[in-house]
Amino acid sequence: MRTLLILPLLAFTLAACEREDREYRSNPVTAESQEKIALVPLSAGPGGPTEQRSGLGKEYEENAFHISQGQRFYVWFNCNGCHANGGGDSGPALMDDRWIYGGQIENIVQTIREGRPNGMPSFRGKIPDDQIWQIAAYIRSMGRNVPKPAAPGRKDDMSPGPAEQRRPPGEVIDGGQVPPSAQMPQ
Amino acid sequence: MGLTRLVCALAAFLLVWPSSLILGQTQPQPSAPSFAATPEDGQWAIPQKNYANTRYSDLAEINTGNVKNLQVAFTFSTGVNKGQESAPLVVGTMMYVLSPYPNILYALDLTQAGAPMKWQYNPKPAAAAQGVACCDVVNRGPTFSNGKVFFTTLDAHVVAVNAETGEEVWKTKLGDINRGETMTMAPLVAKDKVFVGISGGEYGVRGWIQALDINSGQSVWKAYNTGPDQDVKIGPNFKPFYDSDKGKDLGTTTWPADAWQQGGGTVWGWLSYDPDLNLLYHGTGNPGPWNPNQRPGDNKWTAGIFARDPDTGEARWFYQTAPHDIHDWDTINEMILLDMEWEGKPRKVLVHPGRTGYLYVIDRTTGEVLSAKPFHALTASTGFDLKTGRMQVNAEKEPVNNRVVRDICPTAPGAKDWNPSAFSHKTGLLYIPHMNMCMDWESVEPNYIAGTPYVGAEVRMYPGPGGHMGEFTAWDIREGKELWTINERFPLWSGALATAGDVVFYGTMDGWFKAVHARSGEVLWQFKLDSGIIGQPTTYRGPDGKQYVAILSGVGGWAGSIVSNDLDPRDGTSAKGFVNAMRELKNVTTKGGTLYVFKLP
Repeated sequence: MRTLLILPLLAFTLAACEREDREYRSNPVTAESQEKIALVPLSAGPGGPTEQRSGLGKEYEENAFHISQGQRFYVWFNCNGCHANGGGDSGPALMDDRWIYGGQIENIVQTIREGRPNGMPSFRGKIPDDQIWQIAAYIRSMGRNVPKPAAPGRKDDMSPGPAEQRRPPGEVIDGGQVPPSAQMPQ
Repeated sequence: MGLTRLVCALAAFLLVWPSSLILGQTQPQPSAPSFAATPEDGQWAIPQKNYANTRYSDLAEINTGNVKNLQVAFTFSTGVNKGQESAPLVVGTMMYVLSPYPNILYALDLTQAGAPMKWQYNPKPAAAAQGVACCDVVNRGPTFSNGKVFFTTLDAHVVAVNAETGEEVWKTKLGDINRGETMTMAPLVAKDKVFVGISGGEYGVRGWIQALDINSGQSVWKAYNTGPDQDVKIGPNFKPFYDSDKGKDLGTTTWPADAWQQGGGTVWGWLSYDPDLNLLYHGTGNPGPWNPNQRPGDNKWTAGIFARDPDTGEARWFYQTAPHDIHDWDTINEMILLDMEWEGKPRKVLVHPGRTGYLYVIDRTTGEVLSAKPFHALTASTGFDLKTGRMQVNAEKEPVNNRVVRDICPTAPGAKDWNPSAFSHKTGLLYIPHMNMCMDWESVEPNYIAGTPYVGAEVRMYPGPGGHMGEFTAWDIREGKELWTINERFPLWSGALATAGDVVFYGTMDGWFKAVHARSGEVLWQFKLDSGIIGQPTTYRGPDGKQYVAILSGVGGWAGSIVSNDLDPRDGTSAKGFVNAMRELKNVTTKGGTLYVFKLP
C-alpha cells in the first residue's frame, strides 16, 4: 500500500524535475527560431505561398517590454547608423510602408539574420535570437504596425519626430522595389 | 611719340591689372601658377582641370553677351538614379562619363551627331558595398592620363581602362568592405603614379593615401593618417610650421590608447600637385567617431592638410584645420594652388575653403597660415589665432554626451562640403558654392562594430541666418571678403566652373543649371534639368571647333539622399540630420542620372 503511494509521488517528482529542465530561453547565440515564411505573395500554383508561423512573432510585437528592449538593442547594434530613427540613411527607411524584403516580423528577423544583397549585413551569430526578435518588434513599431499600447511613448535622445505610439496605424506594402542602382544596364 | 608710348604702356597695364585699377588697389590679384596656366587645349582631362585645381577654361566663345542663347546639344542617361557627383571629361574626340555605383564608365564619340556611345566598361563592384557608403553611393569622377582612364569603385578597387577601346588594363583591390572601406574620390595622376585614398570616416576606418604604379596598378607607397610616425611616413624631412604638430608619434599619443586604429582621417576629396615644388597635397577626413568625447586629444593627423613627396609618400608638412574635431569637419575640400603677393612678397599659396567656415590661405612651401577669413555664419568658433594657427572654439557649442546643444553653425557637412570651387585666371576671384546652415547636435556613446557605422551623434540641421540654405559667392582672396553672393533655397552641392568668357557655371539641387556674370554675379542664363544637380560642370572645344558646356543631373549625395534613397521626411535625424532641412526637396525634384551638354546655336 505504502509502495503504491510512493510510486506515483516519485513519478510526479521526477516529472517536475523534467519540467525544470525545460529550456525557457533558447541558447542565445547559436539557436535560431525557424519560421516557415515566404518572401513574396506569389507562388507556383494557386492559393499563395505555404507559410507556417509559430506565433512567436505575435508574442514579441504585442509586448511592450520586448519592443522597449528592441529600442535599446537597435542602437546598441548600430542599426540607427544606417536606418537613423526609422527615416533611413544609407539603408532604407523603416517607418514607411515599403518593405523590399517583406514587412512581417518574421521577414524582418530573417533580414537581420541573413543580410540582404544591397548592403544589409548579416548579423547571424552576432545578435542572440531573442534580441533579434525584439529588434524586429521595435522596427515593426516604427511604422506603428504593432498595437498602440505596446509602442514606445518616448525616446531618450534627440526627438526625431512624434514617438511611435503617437503615429497613425501603418500598413505594409510588400515587395518594394529593387533599388535602381542595383540595376546595371548592360 | 612719348605720349603714345605712355598711353600704350597704360593700356597694357590696364589689360594686365584691370580689377586692381578699378578697385583702386596696388597689389595684383592672385594668379594661377605657370603649371596651370598652359595654353588652352580645349580638353577637360581631369575633374580639377589642372594640378592647381582652378577649374578654369580659357575658352571664351561662350561669353556674357551670348550665353543666354545656350541650347541643348545632346543628352545621355547614365542608367543609374543615384547622386551624380562626377565630372564629364573630354579628351580628343571622346567624352568619358562615370556613373555612381555600379560605377559604369561610358565613352561617347563626339565626332558623331548626338555623341553616340562608343563603349561602356562595367567593373561590377560588390552590391554589398552600398551598405557601407555613408552618404549615397557617389563617385567624384574619372581621371585621364597617358591613354588610360582611371577611377575608383565603391567596393574599394582602382581600375585603369584603355581610353581608346574600353578594355581593362588593370584593377587593384585596396580595401575591405567588411571593415567599412569604400572609395568615392577621383584619383590624381602625377608623374608615373596614381594617387588614391580610402573613404569610410563614418565607419571607423583608419585613413590612408596610396600611390599606385600607373602601368601595373601595384602599390608603390602607402601612408596612413593615424598611428605611429613610420606608418604616417613622418621622418626627418617632416617640418610642420606649428609647434602643436611637432613631436614623436603624435598619431598615437594624441589619442586614447589604440583609438587611432579606428580613428578616421580618410582621404576622399581633392588632391593637388605642384610640379615645381614636387609636392602632393591631400586633406584628411574627420576623426572617428564623430562623438569627440570618445577621443580626447588633438587626434593627429585627422582633419588637416598634408604636403607629401609624391615619389616616396614622405610627409613634408601638416596643418590641422580642426584639432580634436568636434563637428565632423573633414579637411578634404579642394586646395587651389595660386601665386600671390602677400605683404609685399610673392608667395606660393594654397587656398582652401574649409568645412570649419574659414577660407584658409596657406603658404604651400611651409604650411604657414597667412590668413583665415570666415565665409559662413559662425557660432562654433569665435575667431582665428594666426599665431597658433588654431581657430578659437566656442566652448558653449562643444558636444556633451546625452545633451542637445543647439544653434551650431556651420553644420556637420560644414560651411562647404566636397563640391569644388573655381578660380578664374581672368578675374582673379574664387567662386565658392557653399551652404548657409546651422544644427542641433547630441553626442551619444557609439559602439564600434566593424562594417557598421561608428558615429555617436544625433543631428538635425536647418537653414542659417536669412532662411536660405545655399550660397554662391565670389570671393576676393587678397582682401579676404566676398564681392557678391547669390542666395539659393537649397544647399549648393554642385561644383563650379569658370571660363574666359567671364561666365561662371553651377547647378542647384532643385535642378537649375545657371550661368552667371563672373564680375557682377548677374544670372545671365538658366536651364531646368530633369533632376537636381550635384555634379561638376566642365567645358571643352568639340571636334567642330565650338565650345560646349557639360553637366550631370541626378540629385543625391549626403544632402540629396532624401530623394535618391527614398528617406522618410518624418524622421528629422535621417541622413545624419540632413533630412530635417531637406524635407521640401522631395516636392521639387526626383531621382535622375542624365548628362546634359550645351552649345551656342
